[in-house]
Amino acid sequence: MKKVMIGNHAVAWGARLARVEVISAYPITPQTQVVEKLSEMCADGTLPARFIKVESEHSAMAACIGASAAGVRTFTATSSHGLAYMHEMLHWAAGGRHPIVMVDVNRALGPGWNIWTDQNDSLSQRDTGWVQLYCETSQEVLDTTVQAFKLAEVLDLPVMVMLDGFYLSHTAEPVDVPDQEMVDRFLPPRVARFKLDVDDPHAFGALVRPDTYMEMRWLQQEALREVPRVFENVEADWMRMFGRSYGAVESYRAEDAELLLVTSGTVTSTARFVVDQRRAAGEAIGLVKVKMFRPFPTALLRKALAGVERVAVLDRNISPGHSGIFAEELRAALYDAPADERPDVYGYVLGLGGRDITPAVIDDVIERTRQSTKSEREDLWVGVNP
Amino acid sequence: MSQTRIGQEIPAGELMTPGHLACPGCAAPLAMRLVLKALGPNTIVVMPASCFTIIAGPWPQSSLQVPLYHTAFATGPAVASGVRAALDIRGKPDTTVLVWVGDGGTFDIGLQSLSGAAERNENILYCCYDNEAYMNTGIQRSSATPWGAWTTTTPAQHPEASNKKDILGILAAHRIPYAATATVAYPVDLLAKATHARNLRGTRFLHILSPCPPGWKCGDDETIELARMAVQNCVFPLFEVEDGERWRFTVDHAHDAVEPYLRRQGRFRHLSEEQVAHIQAEVDARWASLKRRVAASTSEGAVPPSLAIA
Repeated sequence: MKKVMIGNHAVAWGARLARVEVISAYPITPQTQVVEKLSEMCADGTLPARFIKVESEHSAMAACIGASAAGVRTFTATSSHGLAYMHEMLHWAAGGRHPIVMVDVNRALGPGWNIWTDQNDSLSQRDTGWVQLYCETSQEVLDTTVQAFKLAEVLDLPVMVMLDGFYLSHTAEPVDVPDQEMVDRFLPPRVARFKLDVDDPHAFGALVRPDTYMEMRWLQQEALREVPRVFENVEADWMRMFGRSYGAVESYRAEDAELLLVTSGTVTSTARFVVDQRRAAGEAIGLVKVKMFRPFPTALLRKALAGVERVAVLDRNISPGHSGIFAEELRAALYDAPADERPDVYGYVLGLGGRDITPAVIDDVIERTRQSTKSEREDLWVGVNP
Repeated sequence: MSQTRIGQEIPAGELMTPGHLACPGCAAPLAMRLVLKALGPNTIVVMPASCFTIIAGPWPQSSLQVPLYHTAFATGPAVASGVRAALDIRGKPDTTVLVWVGDGGTFDIGLQSLSGAAERNENILYCCYDNEAYMNTGIQRSSATPWGAWTTTTPAQHPEASNKKDILGILAAHRIPYAATATVAYPVDLLAKATHARNLRGTRFLHILSPCPPGWKCGDDETIELARMAVQNCVFPLFEVEDGERWRFTVDHAHDAVEPYLRRQGRFRHLSEEQVAHIQAEVDARWASLKRRVAASTSEGAVPPSLAIA
C-alpha cells in the first residue's frame, strides 16, 4: 500500500508495523511528529502499545531499559539535545544488552540554538555501543526501523536509526507500507533470552569486579562484530519478502571510478544527481553511501574503495579539533590496507546546522579534490565565511 | 502502637538472605527485609545507585530472592515505569514493582524522575531509605542532611546550613494515593504501611528513616534506639497521607527534647547550646505544622491502615 508521508510518519509506521509494546519518549523538534503520530496510533488502538510520556529524554531511555529488561519490544525517538541528555542511559542500554530501537532525527547541538540538521548529535554517541544506521529516504526509514528490531533482538544490541531533520523528517514522499501479515512473518513477537521474571529471579547489572567487567565488554564487542553478517541476512529476508535492499555500504555508479564521493543521509540523493550528471558528461565519478556507521564496516568500505585514486568524504559533522568524523574513521580503516587499495582521502566539512548542500556545493568538492595534489588539511571546510 | 505483637505480626518468610554486605548496624537491610515480607515473592525490585547497590551483592550473587534490576542514579522511577508497562502489556498487573533507593537518589538526583512518575501516578511502590547523606561515597551531604550536621563536605567548622528537604510534603503535593513515613524501630508500623501500600494501585511512597552508624558516628548497636528517639522527639514523626488530603499519625509521639538524640551522634558533636536550641525550635515548628495538617484531616474519620488490614 503506497502512502504519501513525511519521514517522521514513516518512523511511526515502522514502529507500528514492528508491533512495539512499550514506547517512552519526550518531544523535541524535529522529532515531534514521531511522538504525535505514535500517540494517535496508541489512542485509536491501531497500535496496542503502552506509551509512557515521561518528563525527560533521560527518563525516556530509562523507561525503555526497564521495559526491555522485562522482555518486551521497546521503542523511542529523539533528536539533538534529547539524545545528548540520554547519554548515560545509552551506555546502560548497550552494556545491559537491551535490544531497544531508537530513531534519532539528526539535528545540530547548541549553542547557538539550531533546530536544523547535522550529524553531531548521533556521532557524539558513537562509543556508547549502539548500532548506528543512517537513512536516505522515507522508504528506507520505514524499512530500516522494522529491520532494526530483528537485528537488535538477534544479537541483544540496541540499534539507532538516523534520518536528517527537515530534509527527511518533514518532507513528504511516497512510501510503500508493507503488509502487516508479512511483517509479522518477518518479525515475530520478541522472546527475550533473559528478563526480569518473578518465576526465575535474577539480578541484572550488579557490581562486577575487574576480573569480570572486561569479559562483559568483550562479549558486547563480539556481538557488534556479528552485526554486518546478521544485517546482511536481515536485508536478504527483507529483499525476498518486500523487494527492497539498501546495504550497509552501497556503491552507486562506482565502476572504474577515478573519484568516489562518500556520503551518508540525504546528501546521498543530491550526490547521486551530481554523479549522474558527471557520468553523462563522461567523467568517471561515482559514490559510496555509508549506511552503517557502528559497527564501522571496514571490510565493506575497503572493498568498495579499492583501486580508486581519490575519495571525497562529505561530512555533515565535525569532531572539533580533528576532522569530519566519517573521514576520520575511513582514514583509520584504510591505513593498513595494501597501498594499491588505499585511496587518498579528502575530508570535507559542510552542511553544519542545516546549511544546504546543493549540487553546486558537491561540484565544488569534486573540483577541489581533483585539483589538490594532497590533502593539506584533514578538515577541508566548504562554504564557510570566516 | 504496641511492639509486643511483633512475633505474631511479622511473617516468617524471608526474601532477603543473610550474607549481604551492609555495614554492622545498618538499618537499610532491616527495612528491605520487612518490606519484602510485606510484598511477597511476586515483586520486581528496581535499584538505582545507593549503598544497597553494594548491600545486594556483586555479580553473581544477590541477597534478594526476587528479580532485581540495578540502574543508574537518577532513573529508579523511570525504569520502574518501563517495567510496569511491560508487565501490564504482558498481562501481569499483579506483580509489584518496587523502587528501592537512598536519600541522594530521591531528594537530589532522582527527584525529577520521581516527580514524573508520581505525576503520571505510575503503579509502583517507591521506598526511600534515608540515611541523611551520601553514605556509600563516604558521607557527603545531600538535601536530606539535617541542619547543623557534619559530613565530609560540610565540615564541623561550617556544618550543613540548609534544612532537610520536606520530601514527603513534595510527594503528598502530587496527590498520590499513599505516602507515609516509617522506620525500623517501629517494624509493625513499617510492615503495616508496606502491606497497605502493596494493596493499593498508583504511586505509593514510603520514606524510611535509616540510621547509619558510620555516617552518623554512633555505635552499631544504637540504630534502633536512635530511630525510636527520632520518632519520639518528632525529628521524624510517623504518619501517612492518602491522596495528598488525609493526614494522620500512626504512632503516639512524646515530643521529647531533641538534645539527647543529637548528643548521641558524633555528626552533631560540634553543636553549641544555641545551635541545639535552633534545631529544637525548627523541629517544634515543623511538628506544630504537621499537627495542624493532621488535625485538619481528622474530621474525615479515616481508619489507620494497620487496623484496616487486620
